[in-house]
Amino acid sequence: MQHLLEVKDLQTTFFTASGEVKAVGSVSFNLDKGKVLGIVGESGSGKSVTAYSILQILTHPGRIVGGSVKLNGKELVGIPEDEMRKVRGNQISIIFQDPMTSLNPVFTIGNQLMEAIILHTNRTHEQAKERAIEMLQLVGINEPEKRIHQYAYELSGGMRQRVMIAMALACEPDILIADEPTTALDVTIQAQILELMSDLQKKLGMAIIMITHDLGVIANMCDEVVVMYAGRICERGTAPEIFYNPRHEYTRGLLRSIPNIDNDDKARLIPIAGTPVDLLNLPKGCPFAPRCERAMKVCLYEFPSEYWVAKDHIASCWVNVLENIGTPLEALGGQDAAKGIVTEGEEAAQ
Amino acid sequence: MSEIKTFQPDPQYLVQVRGLKEYFPINTGFIQTTMLKAVDDVSFDIKKGETLGLVGESGCGKTTVGRTMLHLYKPTAGEIWFAGKKIEKGPVMNEFRKKAQLVFQDPYSSLNPRMTVGDIIAEPIDVHKLCASKKERSERIQSLLTMVGLSSEQATRYAHEFSGGQRQRIGIARALASNPEFIVCDEPVSALDVSIQAQVLNMLEDLQSQLGLTYLFIAHDLSVVKHISDRIAVMYLGRMVELASSNELHHHPLHPYTISLLSAVPAPDPDKAKQQKRIVLKGDIPSPLHAPSGCPFHTRCSRCTEICKQVTPEFLEVAPQHFVACHNL
Repeated sequence: MQHLLEVKDLQTTFFTASGEVKAVGSVSFNLDKGKVLGIVGESGSGKSVTAYSILQILTHPGRIVGGSVKLNGKELVGIPEDEMRKVRGNQISIIFQDPMTSLNPVFTIGNQLMEAIILHTNRTHEQAKERAIEMLQLVGINEPEKRIHQYAYELSGGMRQRVMIAMALACEPDILIADEPTTALDVTIQAQILELMSDLQKKLGMAIIMITHDLGVIANMCDEVVVMYAGRICERGTAPEIFYNPRHEYTRGLLRSIPNIDNDDKARLIPIAGTPVDLLNLPKGCPFAPRCERAMKVCLYEFPSEYWVAKDHIASCWVNVLENIGTPLEALGGQDAAKGIVTEGEEAAQ
Repeated sequence: MSEIKTFQPDPQYLVQVRGLKEYFPINTGFIQTTMLKAVDDVSFDIKKGETLGLVGESGCGKTTVGRTMLHLYKPTAGEIWFAGKKIEKGPVMNEFRKKAQLVFQDPYSSLNPRMTVGDIIAEPIDVHKLCASKKERSERIQSLLTMVGLSSEQATRYAHEFSGGQRQRIGIARALASNPEFIVCDEPVSALDVSIQAQVLNMLEDLQSQLGLTYLFIAHDLSVVKHISDRIAVMYLGRMVELASSNELHHHPLHPYTISLLSAVPAPDPDKAKQQKRIVLKGDIPSPLHAPSGCPFHTRCSRCTEICKQVTPEFLEVAPQHFVACHNL
């Protein structure tokens, strides 16, 4: 079956003055029509850069150095810029975290909405205006005829994010990438925006890539989840699998370290020890190994390959291999070869 | 007002706030100024050794309460009593400045980039002349650094060499330098990643039990506040709408704003998320410059009646230790 979006071994590096920063080490996932995929990770885990790489809106000195991104089977990496411009907005749109800085302060919001519509469709000015009003109505802004003449500063944070969503959806994209869409908003406004996004998703049938660090947002919105750490995918699978059957020590740690609002006995939190990795000096093996409680010797010198640990659940952790859970995704050498590495590692540890 | 005049401090409370108001004049025209009522008539008490959580959305005045309590802003009206003494200019204030400290939200902008970490931490010591000799001062810096889980040789480094979580530890060490009894923690973990957040929260709890500290914990993340607080106060548009013990507030919220606020928190659990009944509030918070008449919440409230539009509800104790300001309970 062909997936709507197929990301395979995507690698993005920033060539900075102090060295190469491998923001995205190797990322692979698929997205199907009408699904919501969540990418969760801490700051610096490469979740935003993954999104920017898919859209190829990386800023200098960042560059895609390998891998492929296929939209409806069509390769996007390496196509000319003018073709890529047709993809952006038309087929894949993005909304950013901060609605204040992503709207232009010197143009009215109607002007900015119409710009996107006129650029991507062959509507006339009048038709574009109608469409802009229609979009503002769709995202729940009252008096849209009046609002299109207003500037960003006249709107509240939640309203601005609605305008951003209207702009992103104006050309009916197949995929909407939402990069931390509610992080800058208050809880009650966040609830409004999340509700709006799931309504629109059902109405318009688009796929969403939801990038966030908030596991609550992920649990509420997503069908599938990708957990990232230091530019690598720790595990990916359906939301219930990731939340109830995590198979990577980082995901487990992440789930343990958030305070549970339903917990009354004030149990101590169990934090993940240590500090996030320095992307300039990534460890050779699993990047999480220095903070991992169950790290083995093998973790320090070899990155674990992806293993099917359950139906619709893939994890990259040596612990699974040791516990003999799952089968390798790439049957290169098979499970036995992987087992060999573990035993070798353990022997070395002893 | 008669109540304030006859106010007698209760020894079981470390901090008592009565009728606190903080208005900021805002230029709204050429010669016209309007009063922005950031905090409007707020009263509460904090017991010794307890953590009072203060939650609310941005612009509700929770940070202003914290800063006005510490007399970083001069209160427009109201009184702050600390350890049985009314805080006013003079020797009481000097003592209060030592005993009450603040941890800031942003660990990046709250540390001076030109000072070494040791000097940053020692600033309260220098200001209050707490150490007689240089040797004593450096020993104090070392012990503070170890207290917050940093190594003592890091005193000569600069703030930019540390990660966000480590910087927040430096901020906490600075707050501890003058041996305070009371610390206002203004969103101390909201700029941190989830895994680091848990480290800092645990450390704050440890320090509280070791040093017998009292916290006012300001945050917008309800699950964090629930975790760390003994009691929680909810603010909306400069007023306190509900105050109760954290379990009571979570299980039996009474004010319609608290109810919708709690229901809006997304549960990090897919099954629970499906069952969760969200009460989505319509509209935005009104601007505090043009606060609604009567109950500030009436424009978004589902229980709103005629009286709510005209009369501001009083903050009353409706159950033991459970205060609510609402006409329609």
